[in-house]
Formats: sequence, C-alpha cells, structure tokens
Amino acid sequence: MDRNSSTYILGFVFILTASVAVALTGLREVTNEKAIQNEDIFNKRAILSALEGELPDGKTVDQLSDADVAAVFAAMEQPVIDMQGNVVEGEKAENIDLAQERKKPEADRHLPVYIYENGGEKFYILSVRGKGLWDEIWGTVVLKSDLNTISGVAFDHKGETPGLGAEIKDNPAFRGQFKGKQIYENGNYVSIKVRKGGAQNEQHEVDAISGSTVTSDGVTEMLYRGIKYYEPYLKNLQ
Amino acid sequence: MAETAVKEKEPLIGFGKTERRLLTDPLNDNNPITVQVLGICSALAVTSLVYPAVVMAIAVTLVTAFSNLFTSMLRQYIPKSVRMIVQLVIIATLVTIVELILKYFNYPIYKQLSVYIGLIITNCIVMGRLEAFAMANKPWRSFLDGIGNGLGYGAILIIVAIIREIFGKGSLFAGSPIELKIIGPTADYLINTTQSALFGWYTNNNLMVLPAAAMFIIGILIWIQRSYNSKLVDVS
Repeated sequence: MDRNSSTYILGFVFILTASVAVALTGLREVTNEKAIQNEDIFNKRAILSALEGELPDGKTVDQLSDADVAAVFAAMEQPVIDMQGNVVEGEKAENIDLAQERKKPEADRHLPVYIYENGGEKFYILSVRGKGLWDEIWGTVVLKSDLNTISGVAFDHKGETPGLGAEIKDNPAFRGQFKGKQIYENGNYVSIKVRKGGAQNEQHEVDAISGSTVTSDGVTEMLYRGIKYYEPYLKNLQ
Repeated sequence: MAETAVKEKEPLIGFGKTERRLLTDPLNDNNPITVQVLGICSALAVTSLVYPAVVMAIAVTLVTAFSNLFTSMLRQYIPKSVRMIVQLVIIATLVTIVELILKYFNYPIYKQLSVYIGLIITNCIVMGRLEAFAMANKPWRSFLDGIGNGLGYGAILIIVAIIREIFGKGSLFAGSPIELKIIGPTADYLINTTQSALFGWYTNNNLMVLPAAAMFIIGILIWIQRSYNSKLVDVS
C-alpha cells in the first residue's frame, strides 16, 4: 500500500488517536476515584497544618495518617455561612470552594467554617483568600474560643517567588509569629498586619519577609478582608 | 556519537558493546543537558529539592524509553508527512499516563511538580531522541537509548538538586520518608546553628532556592566536565 496516500495517512492517524484515547480514558476511569480522594486529603491536611500543636495526641500533620485526617474532619462541625453571618442550611464547609466563591458578587458568597474540638476547647477555623505578587494566595486562620486570639495560621500560594514570597508557606517561623495575636482591639476589628521593617504593635503585627513586600502586603490585605467577612458570624456567636 | 547508524545485524534483545554505549554515552560524552544543552527549562525549575528531582528524573526516563520504543516499533508504518505529529501523540500519551499514575500514588509530589510533568511533552530531549535515533533504529536499541538519555538527564538534575537543597534549605530529600535535616536553626537539624559554636554564623543561601542558582551550577558542571573530558574539548 502506498504509505504516502491521503487514505493511508488518515487511516493511520485515526487508528492511532482512537486507540490512544480509549487507553487513556480507561486508565483515567480506573485511577480517578483514588486521585480525587488524594486531592481531598491533601487539601484537608493543608487546613489542619494551621492547627499545629492542637491536633489529636499532640501529633503533627505529617504524623497523621490519611484515615486520621478524614476522622478529624468527620468529627468537626462544618457550618456554611452567608455574608450576613447566618448559617446556610444543608451545606457542608468541605464542599465550599473559596476560589469559586470569590468570583461571585460579594453579597452572595458563602463561607466555610470548621469547628474543631480538642480537650474541651473549641477552635474556629476560617478560610481566607487574596492576591500575592504573581497570583492567588490563600490561607487558614484558627481562632481560639474567645473568637479573638489566633491559635495558628497556614498559608499557601499558586506562584510566589521561591525563597521570597513563597516563604509564607515554606517558613514555619513566619507562620509561627501569628500565634497569640489578636484580631480585635477593645472590641474594634483591626486584623493582623504584616509590617515591613519589623512588627511594632505586639498584639496585632508580625514581621514581614524581607524582599517580598507585595506578598506581605497581600497577606495583610487578605487577612483584613477575609476575617472581616466572618465578622457578622463571629458577633452572632458571642 | 551514539546515533551513527548501526549497520551490523542485531539480535532482538541482546546486550553487547553497542548496547552498553547506548546507556553510558549520554551519562558523560553525550549528556543531554551539559553537552547537548537540552531540557534546561525543567532542569532549572524542579531542582530546588532532591525528592521532586528524583521523581522527575524517573518520569522523564520512562517517557523517553517508552516513546523511543513505541516510535521505533511503528517507524516503518508512520507516514513521513505526519511523523512529528505522530511522535507527539505518543509522547503526550505517555506523559498523561505518568501524570495519572502520580496523582494516584503520590498526590503531594504531583502538586509540587505541577506543570512540569505536563511540560515533559515539550522537553527537547524526548523529541530529539525520537527524531535522531528511534526513527532509524530497532526497538530494543531505541529503548536502551531512551533509558540512557533519561538517566543522563536525571543524573544532572539530581546533582544540581543535591547542591541546591543542601545550601538552600539545609536538608536532603525533604518531603520524602527519608528526609535528612542537616543544618538549620532548630533542634531537629543535625547541626543546630543556634547551639553550635562552629556554625553559629551559618544561614541558608537564598540564591540557591531561586532557579538562577541552577543556571550557575549547570554552567560550573559543564566547565568541570569539559576540563576533564578530552573528547569534548574542541566540540564547539
């Protein structure tokens, strides 16, 4: 057969792509369920990393098995709230994707809350999302039961510069600074500021990472706005 | 060089001098990164930690080996006018398989390597070997050639990553079960810089975390290799 005829070429390409498509679809079908599960656990671990020090049996996130992570989440109360601070019935926090919510008009957004209990103390886990230098950044803020003191935070980012902006995730010392800071001053909302040149206010400021002004300002802005969204809900709780 | 057409009759699966050279040539004399200067993009991007670099090396080796094998098996049937597209289909399929497998077995590493797994498709080493070798040689030798080039690429990747991780993070294999913390400011590290009288001055080198560091290291590796390997001296 003439290997340069259009019929041969069309036939060859058709058979090749068809068999490849079938093979790949098959493999995807087989692996998809586990892959989705893996992604779910991965995201849950990211949230739990903000709870460092308060996890069951004093373990770190890395020491928890996948089953432990799932168990912690199953035990948590997971309300979803609207922008007025009311609990939305029939929704679960782990099904809320904040990246999608950010695309909606502000008034229509839904926010996830996780309520974690350890040794009789309640922790309120809030999710925040904002912009860094290159792309989106997001984080988890854990409030103690006084709804004022921060127990821990965790940040992640899509594409901040390694060694500079990416330190918000990679450097445990940066995250560690947030522990014990307060978001209210005499009942007024002030949030936490990431200050260049070093924190000046012990209660509400942390040191910025040198060389990453835009990311640091992004974190400040994300925390200010993100926690403010939860304010009506926090007021209702008090 | 390895790709000069092999004339003598070759067995289906044999392992002689030619086969050995297919595996060892790309490690030194014909290294895809330091001699042919291909695949630089991912070599800069995924070498800040050793563990992802090892995974990347394995992924690229698998893709080059099997795309070489399949292309070589099909080489007499691939129409000349669409051969590039056919090669791309083969590469893209294998890369997608690698991606699915990683998602299944090790999601955190998949996240860390992110787009660079998908970008293996555009890695010049893979396409280059298909054009230069697999289209003109039998399957077994093509397969070995693919493994050799994958390993040559991987070896450089891992060397660069070891240097970058030790000086940039003070650790080795971070993120893997055998993580080794070498030097840093807390008690978890072998050398605790806050306690040690000898290393109190030490801090991690932030340049090493940036992709630019890989550029310098690869440059230095090329320099060292050329000063030791007489075959490379008058190449350019």
